Amino acid sequence: MKQFIIKRVSYCLLSLFLLSLTIFFFVRVTGDPAALLVEPGASPDDIAAIHHQFGLDRPLVVQYALFMQSVLTGDLGQSFYYRTPVLELYWSRLPYSVMLATAAMTFSLLLGIPSGILAAVRVGRFWDSAGKVFALLGLSLPSFWVGLVLILVFSVYLGWLPSSGAGTPLHLLMPAFALGWYFAASHMRLTRSSMLEVLGSEYVKLARLKGLPEALVIAKHAFKNALIPVLTLAGINFVIMISVAVVVETVFAWPGVGRLLYEGIAFRDFPVVQGTVLMLGAMTVTVNMIVDILYAVIDPRIRLGS
Amino acid sequence: MSTSAEVLTLPSRQPRFAFIRGLRFSGFPLIPTAILLGIALVAVFANQLAPHNPEVGSLAARFKPPFWETGGTMKYLLGTDQLGRDVLSRLIFGARVSMVVSITAVLFAGVVGTTLGIISGYVGGWVDQVIMRLVDTWLALPALTFAIFLAAIVGPSMWNIVIILGITYWTRYARVIRGEVLSLKEREFVRLAIVAGCSKWTIMIRHILPNVINSAIVLGTLMVGVVIITEATLSFLGVGVPPPQPAWGLMLSDGKQSLMVGRWWLTVLPGCCIMLMVLSANILGDWLRVKLDPQLRQL
Repeated sequence: MKQFIIKRVSYCLLSLFLLSLTIFFFVRVTGDPAALLVEPGASPDDIAAIHHQFGLDRPLVVQYALFMQSVLTGDLGQSFYYRTPVLELYWSRLPYSVMLATAAMTFSLLLGIPSGILAAVRVGRFWDSAGKVFALLGLSLPSFWVGLVLILVFSVYLGWLPSSGAGTPLHLLMPAFALGWYFAASHMRLTRSSMLEVLGSEYVKLARLKGLPEALVIAKHAFKNALIPVLTLAGINFVIMISVAVVVETVFAWPGVGRLLYEGIAFRDFPVVQGTVLMLGAMTVTVNMIVDILYAVIDPRIRLGS
Repeated sequence: MSTSAEVLTLPSRQPRFAFIRGLRFSGFPLIPTAILLGIALVAVFANQLAPHNPEVGSLAARFKPPFWETGGTMKYLLGTDQLGRDVLSRLIFGARVSMVVSITAVLFAGVVGTTLGIISGYVGGWVDQVIMRLVDTWLALPALTFAIFLAAIVGPSMWNIVIILGITYWTRYARVIRGEVLSLKEREFVRLAIVAGCSKWTIMIRHILPNVINSAIVLGTLMVGVVIITEATLSFLGVGVPPPQPAWGLMLSDGKQSLMVGRWWLTVLPGCCIMLMVLSANILGDWLRVKLDPQLRQL
């Protein structure tokens, strides 16, 4: 077990190293980073000063070491637009992202799990086909377009819901639906296949042989075990949601981390773009690692297999 | 006990490109395939089909609705945008952008991923270790955020997007193909090729590649949808295809500005095009997956 954890943590560190290296490398290969670090329209003297200040004339290895040193001490630079440290901005926006992801996840589970069970219990019948169509649509519609159509219908035509911003639970409804549908589709597919597997197992057959009513077999015996893989996926998806939300947050002007990334791009606020991507990447990598380790704790086959 | 006749029988090798004969056309998704072919034809003949120049508009004809709404004219069948450009023409040329980006990006990712997957699986040893660690670490990163970052750095351009999508998605091929190669490596026809003195490269290209091409095609079809949505997302965020080029994602982003005053055609129509193309590619991909590659059914 100890060996597994060490191995997994070292992979995680390797991922983080690769992430930092990619960010560092791309910034320097694709042009003069000084041009990205100064505000647009800066004079050549300013650029030269930046070159000196950030040590851009030193060897790449030294530059990378300096870059990592500032990242590790929590210094992700200063935003040009907001004039505050990027890390501070990130932490102030994260609660909104978590709130949106929680609502979207609740929605996707409330929709995905029951429809998945229904599809598994009624294989090849109407509900199974309806579920397939629902999942296929969820995977094929870009979430930002779903968001725009929702705004058109519920804000412009019907005037029921606010089209942008945050504050009331009503603000949360449309972005959560737009973001959650895609994930509801994957949760539905997994619930269906997982339920089908459990329903074919020996202990479910035994429960039926005992004469238990079908509803009880499904709800009490099959459902509980079928839920484990779905919840694991939901855990991983939660972090992915925060990253994917960038477009949905842009559509609904939701003040989360994704919107921060978009603002960074729109205002050419490079430190914000770099810092947000670094933090989102680090978060995803770390959560993936934690889920893997927890899974290995629960299921010995995984740690022995690897 | 085996007879001498059996011993002399050469081990059977899968005929090359068996997948073409293996396709049985039961349940063939005719409508999605027709839609995809239709979009491809529109993309090829965009110059002939488009009634107007997609990049030049007349400011006098701004925000004309589609012809069936009051105020719409037959001159602009699907209306005009904020610069008076014809929406139908932009949709037609947008098909070209989506087709070119999706096909080239999927091919790029496929060639890189399949090549590295075959090398990793067949050569093994430290080469395998290095490639697979790279794949693992790459897969741990959030793909969309990563693509947005790269696109923001290198600047908007259609070919930059193709390269970025290729860089982002090659790992999915490498992982699956390597797994297949590991089992193919142990098959008799590969062992015979080694005995016959074929070089590593000959074996990889002539004997392994034709046998993994099935999976690569299935993965490629399934990737088309992902790639189109990612391209549209990047264009929507302003880091994809640069204006005034007509890309569906870019049209959606422009249309967003006038959504609140009810100019629905600027957002609904490009979105419908994206949906039709992605939905068709996904249905076709699902069908191919079941038909060609039973191992991939769990994907």
